[in-house]
Amino acid sequence: MNTSPADSGILDQRHLDVADGQRRAFMNSSSTDSGMRDQRRLDVVRKQRIQDFIFHKLTLSFSLIVLISLIGILVSLALVAWPAFQKFGVEFIWRVEWDIINEEFGAAISIFGTLASATIAVLIALPLSFGIALFLTETCPVWLRRPLGTAIELLAAVPSIIYGMFGLFIFAPLFAEYGQPALQSTLGQMPLIGPLFGGAMNGIGILAAGMILAFMILPFIAAVMRDVFEIVPPILRESAYGVGCTTWEVVRHIVLPYTQQGVIGGVMLGLGRALGETMAVTFVIGNSQRLSASLFSPGSSIASTLANEFGEAADFHLSTLFALGLLLFVITFVVLAGAKILIIRTERAKGLKT
Amino acid sequence: MDKNLYRRRILMNRIGITLSMLAMCLGLFVMLWILAVLFNNGFQALDFNMFFKSTPAPGTEGGGLANAIVGSLLMVGFATLVSTPIGILAGIYLAEYGDTSKTAEITRFMTDIMLSAPSIVLGLFVYAILVAQVKHFSGWAGTIALSLIAIPVVLRTTENMLRLVPGSLREAAFALGAPRWKVATMVTLRAAKSGVVTGLLLALARISGETAPLLFTALNNQFFSMNMNEPMSNLPVVIFQFALSPYDNWIRLAWGGALLITLAVLVLNILARVYFREKVSS
Amino acid sequence: MTETQQQAPKTAIQIRNLNFYYGKFQGLKNINLEIVEHKVTAFIGPSGCGKSTLLRTLNRMYSLYPGQKADGEINFYGQNILDSKQDLNLLRARIGMVFQKPTPFPMSIYDNIAFGVRLYESLPKGEMDERVEWALTKTALWNEVKDKLNQSGLALSGGQQQRLCIARSVAVKPAVILLDEPTSALDPISTAKVEELVHELKSEYTVAIVTHNMQQAARVSDFTAYMYLGEMMEYGKTDQIIIKPKKKETEDYITGRFG
Repeated sequence: MNTSPADSGILDQRHLDVADGQRRAFMNSSSTDSGMRDQRRLDVVRKQRIQDFIFHKLTLSFSLIVLISLIGILVSLALVAWPAFQKFGVEFIWRVEWDIINEEFGAAISIFGTLASATIAVLIALPLSFGIALFLTETCPVWLRRPLGTAIELLAAVPSIIYGMFGLFIFAPLFAEYGQPALQSTLGQMPLIGPLFGGAMNGIGILAAGMILAFMILPFIAAVMRDVFEIVPPILRESAYGVGCTTWEVVRHIVLPYTQQGVIGGVMLGLGRALGETMAVTFVIGNSQRLSASLFSPGSSIASTLANEFGEAADFHLSTLFALGLLLFVITFVVLAGAKILIIRTERAKGLKT
Repeated sequence: MDKNLYRRRILMNRIGITLSMLAMCLGLFVMLWILAVLFNNGFQALDFNMFFKSTPAPGTEGGGLANAIVGSLLMVGFATLVSTPIGILAGIYLAEYGDTSKTAEITRFMTDIMLSAPSIVLGLFVYAILVAQVKHFSGWAGTIALSLIAIPVVLRTTENMLRLVPGSLREAAFALGAPRWKVATMVTLRAAKSGVVTGLLLALARISGETAPLLFTALNNQFFSMNMNEPMSNLPVVIFQFALSPYDNWIRLAWGGALLITLAVLVLNILARVYFREKVSS
Repeated sequence: MTETQQQAPKTAIQIRNLNFYYGKFQGLKNINLEIVEHKVTAFIGPSGCGKSTLLRTLNRMYSLYPGQKADGEINFYGQNILDSKQDLNLLRARIGMVFQKPTPFPMSIYDNIAFGVRLYESLPKGEMDERVEWALTKTALWNEVKDKLNQSGLALSGGQQQRLCIARSVAVKPAVILLDEPTSALDPISTAKVEELVHELKSEYTVAIVTHNMQQAARVSDFTAYMYLGEMMEYGKTDQIIIKPKKKETEDYITGRFG
């Protein structure tokens, strides 16, 4: 307790030498008491080194769980899906048949439904979320920013199955009665895109699924856009206002170009969600394995096919479902990785410019 | 000429701003509409039996969601217990050792992808490695699927929050001669506690509403069961099956269940926000 | 300042040909210096001159960051601490450091002090209590906090927090204490208290202090090193450096500061 701190410092240093294997002659400590204390310290140091090593490896192995499960997903899906790819080859991707009884399968219908519903969702959600992000960052009174931002974020938290139920029970009937006739009498009369809006109007189908998905991904895209809009350095914005730009011009000519990649990243993030979404789609897409020109007609997405048929599937049918799952994973992986890279680039650029 | 140009610019601005406000209104309207529908149908369905009786047989009256509620609580609870330590320790790794190693960089990137990966694929994965091997659905399989969804959420929030801790605090702990693991667990993690708890709550909210992965892992169980080795009932799958059924009673229960999970998810979200804001401002 | 120099002063830290690099940028150029035991040595100079960098080489704090490296020799009682075999944790327990901004840990006042002690000593409860009281008394904080030892260290005022951090450092009984602009975030009254404390400390500890405040260096230090652009311009007894600096650069800086 009362040893001079400087003295014990010297002693520690000497013992350090011992620890490092450089025993020196002046090792003899004047008091056995402080010698014992120093010895204890060295033991502690050794113990701590081991603990640090274990801690490093432990945290490392836990962080690898994510990596391993990602690889595990790819491998396990590919293994179970193998028979399907073996039978149909790469053709599986564009085969149109989906005949469970005769075991003739192809992914085309599901892939089409997945891509179509997700594209519709992004086309609708993009302008809306841009508007919301613009409103939240540029024109919204400050006191309203937080509550409105929170409301939009809460919209993102609502479980997707709720969107599905809402779509099936509330949205679809209204859409059949008002939305679809209106679309058919306007867009349906136009050349080229007319057939997309033809056929029976029962509310559910690919278009309805896309619209429900749009509202599901809207908060995600809006949140990313708002975040990237906020990284625009105030000085850029102010100098644009300084030369007399209107709010719209500032957004159009300063904010958007500055955040371009981040905005695209946000959109792709939303696209990734829309592609993989199961419940919101399954309720309203109609679950039919037929290909039709009309977006009003029922269809299937990869996720909805999985959700619907998995329970009754066995053997080869199961294998094709895993093949579908693998395709879905690969598609979303590519989209999400692209989104992530774009967002990282924007953030890096921001780091350099500010 | 100049005046026309100016007028056109002002007009463009007005149109842009008006459209953006309309977009905001539409977003809010949809949110309120969904909540109104949900609360209206949900509260009509809610009764005492919902919490004490198990799911009814097809076409019968009465019954409740007791088995599904307990099943959900069990699986979400266990998934939280599993994913919390793994996510936090992995997050510590990325924040403490993550600057120098390539592995950490790849892990961070893959975690971000896992955050938005289709949850149904995670269900397939757990089906392939567990359910198909032991040849039956189980509560444990559901727990694992939910954990895989929660881990990336916990991991990334933990890492982000640890990085917000001022470097001087870490240095001060190192300056006392503290070993790295003590600095990380006793100083930085403590300083980031509120952020980490927020991340946990958000992960909890996220997995409470997940349906797709449970479909292939826990499946469903018509009867009350607390055996994690058996197929296990849970709210999302029950809602899915009941809502798509032709029976009015089942559809009623589906609305009730939908209200319950939405309330749980919203409460968790709001709790997380309030908690975080309070702790950070103090 | 009374100087009692019956015997030749002992050197605590001897720096030889020290170079320091932030990646490719050389932050310190060929520094040579001896820090005398039980004295206060001040590092002064304009910001960016490398005075904090120098301090951070003395407990190898820079080793936390990849890309920062030092070469040369720093002998701490004869042991080169730049040696790659040096155990950093033990070194830092022997050479304590206090930072610019107060850095109380998110735990109680008691635990703030006990944290460092527990790392290397397993004291029974009674002795630990004594040690905490001793450290807090030493930093003149005991009377202010003795009734709220279980409260969070974050609840203290800025000046108290900084003294808590010094107490935390003192409690582990290091040989040297490094102070990195310890008063720059404090009000004048707290600054005076900390300066008084530095005076107290040197009877038992060797102290190195970085300061941007010339008057502070004059008040608290026995030796002063003036640094400029990563180089050691002048080093000697504080009185001498202030009254008649040998180099023109030093004089410019000092007169500029004293105005």
